[in-house]
Order: sequence, then structure tokens, then C-alpha cells
Amino acid sequence: MPPVLALRGITKSFPGVLANDNIDLTLNQGEILALLGENGAGKTTLMNILYGLYTPDEGEIIIRGQEVDIHDSNDAIEQGIGMVHQHFMLVPVFTVTENVMLGVESTRAGVFLDRKTAAKRIQGISSRFGLQVDPNALIEDLPVGVQQRVEIIKILYREAEILIFDEPTAVLTPQEVEELFKVFRSLVDQGKSLIFITHKLKEVLAIADRIAVLRDGRLAGVATPKEATEASLAKMMVGREVILRVDKKPPQLGEVVLEVEDLKVQDERGLGAVDGVSLQVREGEILGIAGVQGNGQTELVEALTGLRKIESGMVKILGKDTSHALPREITEAGTAHVPEDRQRDGLILSFPVLDNLVLNTYYRPPFAKGISLKHDEIKKAGEERVQLFDIRTPSVFLPTSNLSGGNQQKVIVAREFSRPIKFLIASQPTRGLDIGSIEYIHGRILQKRDEGCAVLLVSPELDEIMSLSDRIAVMFEGKILAIMPADEATKERLGLLMAGIQEKGTAAVVA
Amino acid sequence: MSEKSAASETPEAPAEPKRNFLQRIFVRSGKSSSLLLPILAVFSAIVIGAIIIAVSTPDVLSAWKGFFQDPLGALSITWITVRDAYVAILEGSFGQPTRIVKAFGTWRATGETRPLLDAFRPLGESLVLTTPYIFAGLAVALGFRGGLFNIGVEGQLFVGGLASALVGYSLKNLPWYVHLPLALLAGIAAGAIWGAIPGFLKARTGAHEVINTIMMNYIAFRLTDYLLIGPMSRPDGMPMTPLIRPSAYLPTLFPAPMRVHFGFFLSLAMAGLVYWFLWKTTLGMEVRMVGANPKAARYSGVRVSWITVLTLALSGALGGLAGACQILGVDHQMVRTFSPGYGFDSIALALLGNSHPVGVVLASLLFGFMRAGAARMQSLANVPVEIIRILQAIVIIFVAAPEIMRGIYRLKAIRKGEEAIKRGWG
Repeated sequence: MPPVLALRGITKSFPGVLANDNIDLTLNQGEILALLGENGAGKTTLMNILYGLYTPDEGEIIIRGQEVDIHDSNDAIEQGIGMVHQHFMLVPVFTVTENVMLGVESTRAGVFLDRKTAAKRIQGISSRFGLQVDPNALIEDLPVGVQQRVEIIKILYREAEILIFDEPTAVLTPQEVEELFKVFRSLVDQGKSLIFITHKLKEVLAIADRIAVLRDGRLAGVATPKEATEASLAKMMVGREVILRVDKKPPQLGEVVLEVEDLKVQDERGLGAVDGVSLQVREGEILGIAGVQGNGQTELVEALTGLRKIESGMVKILGKDTSHALPREITEAGTAHVPEDRQRDGLILSFPVLDNLVLNTYYRPPFAKGISLKHDEIKKAGEERVQLFDIRTPSVFLPTSNLSGGNQQKVIVAREFSRPIKFLIASQPTRGLDIGSIEYIHGRILQKRDEGCAVLLVSPELDEIMSLSDRIAVMFEGKILAIMPADEATKERLGLLMAGIQEKGTAAVVA
Repeated sequence: MSEKSAASETPEAPAEPKRNFLQRIFVRSGKSSSLLLPILAVFSAIVIGAIIIAVSTPDVLSAWKGFFQDPLGALSITWITVRDAYVAILEGSFGQPTRIVKAFGTWRATGETRPLLDAFRPLGESLVLTTPYIFAGLAVALGFRGGLFNIGVEGQLFVGGLASALVGYSLKNLPWYVHLPLALLAGIAAGAIWGAIPGFLKARTGAHEVINTIMMNYIAFRLTDYLLIGPMSRPDGMPMTPLIRPSAYLPTLFPAPMRVHFGFFLSLAMAGLVYWFLWKTTLGMEVRMVGANPKAARYSGVRVSWITVLTLALSGALGGLAGACQILGVDHQMVRTFSPGYGFDSIALALLGNSHPVGVVLASLLFGFMRAGAARMQSLANVPVEIIRILQAIVIIFVAAPEIMRGIYRLKAIRKGEEAIKRGWG
């Protein structure tokens, strides 16, 4: 049987960049193909071509043996191709049914919306593929994992046979990932074919039937989970050996840098997000806070950096009470913060890279004298930082939005690490980054820790927490359920705590 | 759509070509189509304006009714009508070339300057009209850079005019180097307060500045009505203030009948000052940071509330200055009709000038000259002044909706570059 989809010689370039270079790819019927590659490797471009969002400069798309022309997403949908994007395209205030019908509404007498028929069809798809969802629920009330199911139903509703998923597990908890993989299996059992784009090596080995690796716009290789290992895949992605497990020296502990006592913080809705947290971090150690996103970690970090008001409790940095300090005061006290949402909080994307490199130090000498900015100094420092931190950008004057995710994060790291700091808060520092950048960031964090910095690492990625931390705390519903030395932590133990299951014989922890 | 997917995986862009001065104003990150846009907009306005002029002239219409009898006649009368109208605009804004040349001749021969001054009067009037536009446009542009929509420039103009008029007529026996600066400062302060109030409300309560600045406009207008009929009115009861004393005048640069006054240079200086403020100072950087991304600004330690108030206060100050200069330089007293909507046009100006001081100056010159030409177009070519308003509106529409331009002229996708201007509601 011919492959259900074949891409032959696909080439696409943008001004100055060859995004896809003569790529050949095949997808067999009923197969799950994983598309792996670093940021900028060309995976999303390739899928966008398939989905009609771009037209290739050269090359053909062949579906079931027939060459087809895809000019826009409508053509793609007609050919049975459906795409679930990384950033969902759902209307929060509409119901599931309304979102799914949007654009292909069923009507009575051509004028009146027929939600009932649509809802019935949705129920049918739901049960066929194991995608439980309430057709009348409002999107904004649904958890992310369920929203993703709605996106999948959307494309099945339009009778997609080839389903493309762009980074589907980026927003899911470990349990939700399990559910999603079950759905993948069910889709494939019913004859669908899947392509999914991802960075996550472990998942690829767990679920894919075949793996295609892109690097610098070219197909670097194809493998199967039987033959490949994480290390071999990483090597294909980056072109060299990649250190997946960091080599850590034992910690050289010093003074207590961060002291948190019985901290209580509320979230936007006035509910208790942080509910009596106490902990300490010393010079030279990394305390990792594990936990599924949404258990108060965000609010905790905001409280520590002065971005959120504290209801009660105390925070001391280097002996000074910073419970009610302004963000600038906390920064000046020697704190660095790598925020969890780098594009929203950590960078001003429309500003040049240069400005972002001094985003929280521009007002002090040597970058400013009184009120006036010293551009020469800023330029000098900026270029130094680009060199030192290996930030890939043709010019420091370009808007930061031009940079890839990894390089944007490097800008933040360069900025934060170029000041004398005693305390680093790293919140999801490698979210959405490729292997090469992850390796780099982890290396830098460890370097700071070895230099005597106290590091608070907050991340939902257990691998990251376990490989970097000296001590690990687990946060659940605003409380710290346990703190343990890293060598006593196992995935199972942490996983249970993350789900709220307290260990026998322990109460809530005092650090 | 394609932009969104590209953004998440954009390969790094190639090295920037050297950008000339104008490109640096109108272009963000090397998209040269941005400079093309205002030019195309103006060009399109001229073309559409020509059509409208033709269509609204009875003679032309009747000629076209008989097109098949006399096609050449219809075409020629259309051409003549449009040509006359545009020539009139040019003469009204720059002056008649023949008259200028003749006046030069007279001056060389006899040393008489009066004919020369008369010949250059239209040019002078254009600059007079441009001056308040520059101040007002800068006011709005500064607001936009800070992410704020200052729709209250008209009201700030009014209170600026009131305050400067008050200082102008009520203080006696002061030398000009004290009186004039005081009057200007009064206008600046009044405008600053008028802007700071909505700024404070936004910082404290989140109340949107569009609504509050508009409300402040109405308060300003009614306040003016009241003051001009009551406490500040002329002794004979007419609804205008007494004339300000000469010591508070903004001096004219040339003898009568030229009305160009020092305010014009002041406005250019202000453009330079705004540029320096926004791009060369820490405070200005904070204003722009809040405008581009308030969350990141907060994270970087900027006190967003205070910057909000400052931005609107400075914006209001510029608006007040617009009113003050108009009173001190042209009208020399405060009347209710002293502003034909400078504050409202200024929003379009800021957009057209991409919220950059140089762009604002250029856009203001365009509008000022068009305005000056409109009157002459009406008197000479019998075309109603409203045509100029239509032309201005078309320019604005095309600049605000680049997609229309793209569709008509088949330009490559004009990328989003102006986030600071297009910050949405809330």
C-alpha cells in the first residue's frame, strides 16, 4: 500500500534563511510519525506547508499516490489533513459545540443554527475515539487537557484522516499526557495517521512508530524507537554529542540567603494560592520545587520577587526583610529572576536585543548618568554579553522578537547573570527550548551554584528538577508537602507527592 | 496565521541593511513597506479627491451626461476642474509662483518688502496652521508611545489657552522675558493637570483613559464657556477674554501681514525634546517600556502607576502648550472658536507619523499646508473646503488600515510593526 502521505523535495526559504531544504518524508497509513528537531530546524515550517499556510518553493505533496496542490488551509482540510496547533484556536466564551461547528455550521432551513445535530455528531466522535467532553461546556471552564480534546474533535469533525499535532504535550500534566497517548492509539486503531512535532525525547520513544529528525532545514535521519536512544536522537538533532545528564559536584554550602516563614499569598481571585510555605536556601545549593503547574508555584515566585502582595508571613533575602519590598529593591539586593513566561514578563519583544540586555539595569551607572542614557556604554555591554553568552543574532539592534526561543532565553540569562547576584530564582527556565539550549541553561545554572549563588528552581519537569537540584521540595495546593535531599528522591516518590498523597508519618514540612 | 506559526520558529533574520534617516522613522525592523505606506496613502487620497471633486462639480457632471456627443469636452472639463482645484490648494499653501517672482523683482528694484511679504503670506499661513498641529500631534504620539490613548488633547488645548490668556491679560507691567515664559508655563501647567487627572484615575482604578480624557474635554469646553461669559470675559460682555498684553505675545518672525510666530520654532524644539526624552533618557525608556509591555516593565522594576500618570501629564502639557502658543502667538485672546479641532486631528497625525516626533512634524506640515490651501481652493476654484477634510480622512483611513493599501497596490504583506499605537482596548 502506498504511504498515505509523501512529501518530496520540499524546499522553502524566507528572506535570508533556507527553512526547508529538499525534504523527503513519508507517512504510512495508521502510523504515528514523530517529527523531532531544535527550534529553527524547520519542523513547524514543514507542517505549515502541509497545512496550506505556506506554499513551498519546490517540491510536491502526494496524498495516497496523487499529487495535490494545497494553497490554503481549506484545501488541506479537503484533502483530509487536520492540524492541532500548540496555541489553541478556541473561543473561550463559546461552548464546545459552537467551537467545533464554527465555520461548518449545521443549520435548519439554512438560517438557524442547529446545535443539536452538531452536538450529536460530537458525541459520536467522542465515544469513537475516547475523547470525553461535554458538548455544552464553555471552553473557558475546561482544563487545558480537555480543551486539547476539543481541538482534536474539531479536526475529526471535518473528517481529517491525517492529523498533525504541534507540541501537543507542552501544556499537559503527566497524567494528561498518558490520556493523550491513549487517544493517539485509539485514533490510529481506527485508521487515522498521525504526525506529531515535539522536542521531548522520552515521549517520542514511548509513543512513536517512526521518528524523523530535522536539523537546519534538512532531514538528519529517520529511526525507530527500537533502534534509537535518547542520546542517539539528541545527537541527530544537534549534530554532536549532547550531555543529557549533568555532572554535579557536591554542594559547597554557605550562609542562608533566602528565608521564607509561613508565607501566605492570594491569587487574582482572592483564594489562597500559597498556604503557609516555609523554606530556606543556602549559598551554593539548588533547591528545586517540583509540582504540577497551578499549585501555587507561580504566586510563590511572584511574592518572592515583589510582584505580588503577601498576605502574611515573612521573606528575608540576605538577612533583609523583603516581604513588602518593591521589585527593584529586591533586584538591587542581588536577586536574579528568570521568569516562567519569558515573552510576557522577561522581555519586551518589540525592543531591540540591546535594550532587553539591560532591561532592569538601564537606570544605573554606567548605563545612565542621572536621567540621560549612555548609549555607548549600553552598546558595549550588550555586545560583550552577546559574545559571552553565545546569543545568536545578526545584530543587537534587531527586535528581540526575531530571536528563537532559546536565544531569547539566553538574553534573559545574559542580563540576569551579568550582575553580581547572590540569589537566583529560575522559573521553568527551559520551557519550550530545544536540547542545545537546555544543555546550555542547565550548565549556566550549575555554574552559578558553584560560584556560591543560592538557587531556587521551580519547574514542572521532574527530569530537570531531579538532575539539577541538591534538595527537592514538592508543592501541592499551596503547601510544601515534603523536602528531601536529591539522592533520596525517586520519580515514584515525587510523583505521589505531586498528586497530593502525603507520605506516612509526615506532616506539612518546616524547612 | 502564517506570521503566528513563523514567530514561534523564526530563523534569525539576515543582517540589517544600512537605513537612512526617514526609513528609521517609519520603519520597524527593516520592513521598507512602512515608509511606502504614508506616501501611497497621500497619493491615493489625491486620486480619490480628484474623483470626488469632479463628481461634485455640476458643470463636470453635465458634461459627462453628454459624453457620447462630446467625449473630449467631458474629459477636458474634468481635467480643468481638478487641475484648478489642486493648483488652488498649492497656491493657497505655498503661494503663487508668478507673484513671488514679481515681488522679488520689486524688492530688488525698489527695496519694498511689502509685496514680498504678501506673496509669501500663504506659506506663512501654512506654518501658522502647522504649529498647533505639531504640539498636539506630539502630545498624542507621546501618549501612544506610553501605551495610552490621549483623546483629550482638545480639552488640554482649551485649558492651556485659558490659563495662558489669563496670565497674559491680567498681569501688568512685566517685561516680556518674564511675562511670556510665565504665560507659556501657565498653559503647560494647565494642560499637565488636565492630563494628569485621567492618568491618576487610570493608575489607581484602571479606568480607561479614552473615556476619561473625552470627559475632561467636555469639562474643559463648558469651563471655557462659563469663564468666557463670566469671570474672564471682556468688560463689554462679549464672550471672549480681554486682549493679552503685548509683553506676553509670542513674537512674529516677520512683519505684517505674515503671522508666523515664534511658536513655530518652539514646536520644532519640542519635537526634538520629545525625541530626546523618549529615546535618550531613563524616564523616557520607562514610558516606552510600559507602552510596549507593562508586565515586563513591572518585572523590570518600573513603577507603572507613576509612569502612567507622568505620561499623561506630559502629554497634557504638550496639549496645553498647543493652546497657549495659539493664543499667545495668533489670537492674542481666548475665544470659544479658537480651535477648529486641532486636538482631534492630532490623533490622525500621530498615527500618520508613526508616533515618532519627526513623523509627527512631517504629518503636521502636510495637514497644515492642506488646510491653508483649502480656503483658497474654495474661493478660487469654487470647490467646497470639505473636500480637504475628505482628503485628510482618506489619508487617515489608508494609514490606519494598511491592508486596504496592500490590496490595492498588491504590496507584500505589511507586517505588524506598530504595537505601541495599536494597543487594544483594556
